[in-house]
Amino acid sequence: MTNQATATASTADAFTALGDRTRLAVFERLAEHPQSVGQLAAVLPVSRPAVSQHLRVLKDAGLVIARPAGTRRIYQLNPEGVAALRDHLDRFWDRALTSFKAAVEQQTRPSQERQP
Amino acid sequence: MTPKTATASVQTSIVVDAPIDRAFSVFTEGIGTWWPQEHHILSAELAAMVFEPRVGGHIYDKGVDGSECRWARVLAYEPPNRVVFSWDINLSWELETDLAKTSEVEIRFREEAPDRTHVELEHRNLERHGDGWEAMRDAVGSPEGWGSVLGSFVARLQTATPA
Repeated sequence: MTNQATATASTADAFTALGDRTRLAVFERLAEHPQSVGQLAAVLPVSRPAVSQHLRVLKDAGLVIARPAGTRRIYQLNPEGVAALRDHLDRFWDRALTSFKAAVEQQTRPSQERQP
Repeated sequence: MTPKTATASVQTSIVVDAPIDRAFSVFTEGIGTWWPQEHHILSAELAAMVFEPRVGGHIYDKGVDGSECRWARVLAYEPPNRVVFSWDINLSWELETDLAKTSEVEIRFREEAPDRTHVELEHRNLERHGDGWEAMRDAVGSPEGWGSVLGSFVARLQTATPA
């Protein structure tokens, strides 16, 4: 079994998590390379406890995973969670095209007078 | 440069009961009649969406306060068959001003019958949106690895759909 109990978090959770600018910054830093809380706090304009708090939200959303390295914990993006972001666009376009279909068919219906 | 990979794109399609000319015009100039309401990046309330029907034109949102957000550049405009526009929006649904970090959307229209049109959409070059996408690709190592990760995610989504 893999240790990814939170990997089933929904895409909505992932996007809510990234709705915060600081959390998005944390996420983007981790996209560059895996790193510790201390390394993140050194390059972001927030305190270590704040970074830890943001990491917890990202972990709960399935976007980030942690692994121990000596006395520290190294955080990295969860490949399954990041795939969820791509899936978000996938579903966005499905929804958009469904909406498009409704609009074009309504505007094509021959039984009604066409509005200018 | 990193090679273009087929995995950094999203593809979807739909069949609409409308002639190809109408499907094309509603998709482009009529974009404001169907674009999902929750996905606008203006801070002001939306007044209208404008699709400028020419290569070099823009797609933009107009706010009730007069503000504008040009979030796409029209890259190809070939009525009624094909349109391509850039996606100048970043991963957090904000305007991306670094054009090297933008992806593109191609829509192809194909007549299936005089009153039925097949619409195919591809949102590609997603890897350009920045380091996040590259890290994602590196994290999974190969297209095969990527595909299997995505496959298991999709399978999980399907089984996790609420009743």
